[in-house]
Amino acid sequence: MSLSIKDDEIDIVIGALRPDLTSFMNEWRTIFSRFHLIIVKDPDLKEELKIPEGFNLDVYKKPDIDRVVGTSTSTIFSGYSCRYFGYLVSRKKYIISVDDDCYPAKDNKGILVDAVAQHITNLTTPATPFFFNTLYDPFTEGADFVRGYPFSLRSGVQCALSCGLWLNLADYDAPTQALKPEERNSRYVDAVLTVPARTLMPISGINIAFNREVIGPALLPSLRLGGEGKFRWETMEDIWSGMCVKVVCDHLGLGVKTGMPYVWRNDRGDAIASLRKEWEGVKLMEEVVPFFQSVRLSREATTTEDCVAEVANVVKEQLESKDPMFARAAKAMVDWVKLWKSVGSSTSSPGA
Amino acid sequence: MAEPATATQAAAPAVALLKDELDIVIPTIRNLDFLEMWRPFFQPYHLIIVQDGDPSKTIKVPEGFDYELYNRNDINRILGPKASCISFKDSACRCFGYMVSKKKYIFTIDDDCFVAKDPSGKAINALEQHIKNLLSPSTPFFFNTLYDPFREGADFVRGYPFSLREGVPTAASHGLWLNIPDYDAPTQLVKPLEKNTRYVDAVLTIPKGTLFPMCGMNLAFNRELIGPAMYFGLMGDGQPIGRYDDMWAGWCTKVICDHLGLGVKTGLPYIFHSKASNPFVNLRKEYKGIYWQEEIIPFFQQAVLPKDCTTVPKCYIELAKQVKEKLSKVDPYFDKLADAMVTWIEAWDELNPIGPVPNGKAA
Repeated sequence: MSLSIKDDEIDIVIGALRPDLTSFMNEWRTIFSRFHLIIVKDPDLKEELKIPEGFNLDVYKKPDIDRVVGTSTSTIFSGYSCRYFGYLVSRKKYIISVDDDCYPAKDNKGILVDAVAQHITNLTTPATPFFFNTLYDPFTEGADFVRGYPFSLRSGVQCALSCGLWLNLADYDAPTQALKPEERNSRYVDAVLTVPARTLMPISGINIAFNREVIGPALLPSLRLGGEGKFRWETMEDIWSGMCVKVVCDHLGLGVKTGMPYVWRNDRGDAIASLRKEWEGVKLMEEVVPFFQSVRLSREATTTEDCVAEVANVVKEQLESKDPMFARAAKAMVDWVKLWKSVGSSTSSPGA
Repeated sequence: MAEPATATQAAAPAVALLKDELDIVIPTIRNLDFLEMWRPFFQPYHLIIVQDGDPSKTIKVPEGFDYELYNRNDINRILGPKASCISFKDSACRCFGYMVSKKKYIFTIDDDCFVAKDPSGKAINALEQHIKNLLSPSTPFFFNTLYDPFREGADFVRGYPFSLREGVPTAASHGLWLNIPDYDAPTQLVKPLEKNTRYVDAVLTIPKGTLFPMCGMNLAFNRELIGPAMYFGLMGDGQPIGRYDDMWAGWCTKVICDHLGLGVKTGLPYIFHSKASNPFVNLRKEYKGIYWQEEIIPFFQQAVLPKDCTTVPKCYIELAKQVKEKLSKVDPYFDKLADAMVTWIEAWDELNPIGPVPNGKAA
């Protein structure tokens, strides 16, 4: 853990899609217990949450969400999107979020991975999006910039987002997992790297962390599949949100890292059953990717909120005719920016 | 990872992939003792030795290897006046080996690179991994967070468009180094004892539009797809710069690959790099490069190749033109380099008369 980061600058936001968080919280106890947690219960979940003692936390349920944003708006926080409510009400600088079916992983030496510490290290060391370093993260111990890396680019830029990975059940889509039902990810890749500028990737929401002050409003609930369900195989909301975040980061000169930390993702659900719901998302990506690759934001967009608003406009102009889902997504993005401005703490400082 | 592997015989593959389609190009000025260690992995393949330095010296090749060897006299004889494009007193001369090869694939390795061990202690067959990298597609258009999706035990992640999952042909495979890392002179001076002990079990495609520093110590490529772009420039004797040969080739190669829709991979395999070169000597060689690269990088980042450049030689000639136009003002060296780039292509065409087929699609 970076010595300059105080524990009270961090919120751990957990979206609870299952009621019994006992084993989840206990598995993470040694890592989570020193931090403040925000647990947001999926408003669609009927059962009471079971949370073990000994944590410093705030729990938000449907009535709380209704109270803060109004009953008509609270529907945007259904399912996996419930965590965005946590981002909205947090007042901390850094947020770390993992899915409630993930446990701490062990590294190649059998040592438990402190995912929080690694995310914080990623967020508090520079990113290097303008030129690829073949030895991966040059700021990690035992590594550096390689020969041929321009010196003017070695101070790097601020890292806004840290995307972690998953051992065991990797974040594959339903068709892939259905085709390879036994496939589990057992490869621990000992690296963090910066995703190059203008390179897009699927940013999974399963294990992420970000600098809320710098990029907060860009992580947003907006694209909701018609048949969105309660398994990651049945969603694309994080992928969509992640594309927005990367475009905004690229525009504002901020960095996105990927790689460690790993979490252990438990087996859950049935990929074949989820196939029925995910085909829609799979089809959409064919439009979504070329679209985001072509988005260019204006010079006047100097804050994250402005960037998000501009992306929303472009979504509306270019995608709304292709599927009504996009029109709804664009509106949700605009509404989100308004919501962030009124409820979320201000992030009006321009990007780095 | 403190020492190189010794038990390589046990790790030799039953079948040497691409045995008759791949040449191993090795530049050397000293000796080829290091080949003994690589024998189980390299012996099935044909070697092209490019002997730098004094041509009257005899370089002994260990018994049992099938090879051709070229010294400076041979290079001058074969290329005549065009030999001016091949560097002298610098490992950049290795690209002569690419030019005379008749094979589809090239693997090049430095003579101070040995067999490394993976974390389980097993000897790494670097050549085999390079071949796997070259024979499986690359994915430059969208980043896969689980790295190479074509590796066993991996796949494309959720959100990766299916239309991009076929990938594109892989033109180059860039391997890494355990022990002595490929640092520049200033970094070596600041961290003389730093060793790379981190084994990163990944191969990944370098995204389109992203440049990288390509090291020639442990590199393989598809000569038919990208060979003419692998010119290692004017370095060494009589030149103002050294240790930028592979960098130059890498930037040209990447720009052309991006333009033609070809892929470049980096990551595995690792070799064990044993020799740390003298940082003061290196500093003198790199000195100008450290300044020049501040201009060179933006040049390559902004380079646009016209649509009618549909083959590698056409792309390369066009790049040479742009180097002359835009970089000559940085230093007259670039004017010379641009001319040498053209000479290289002329020499390549002479030695490879059938000529490459148009490959990929202009971006």
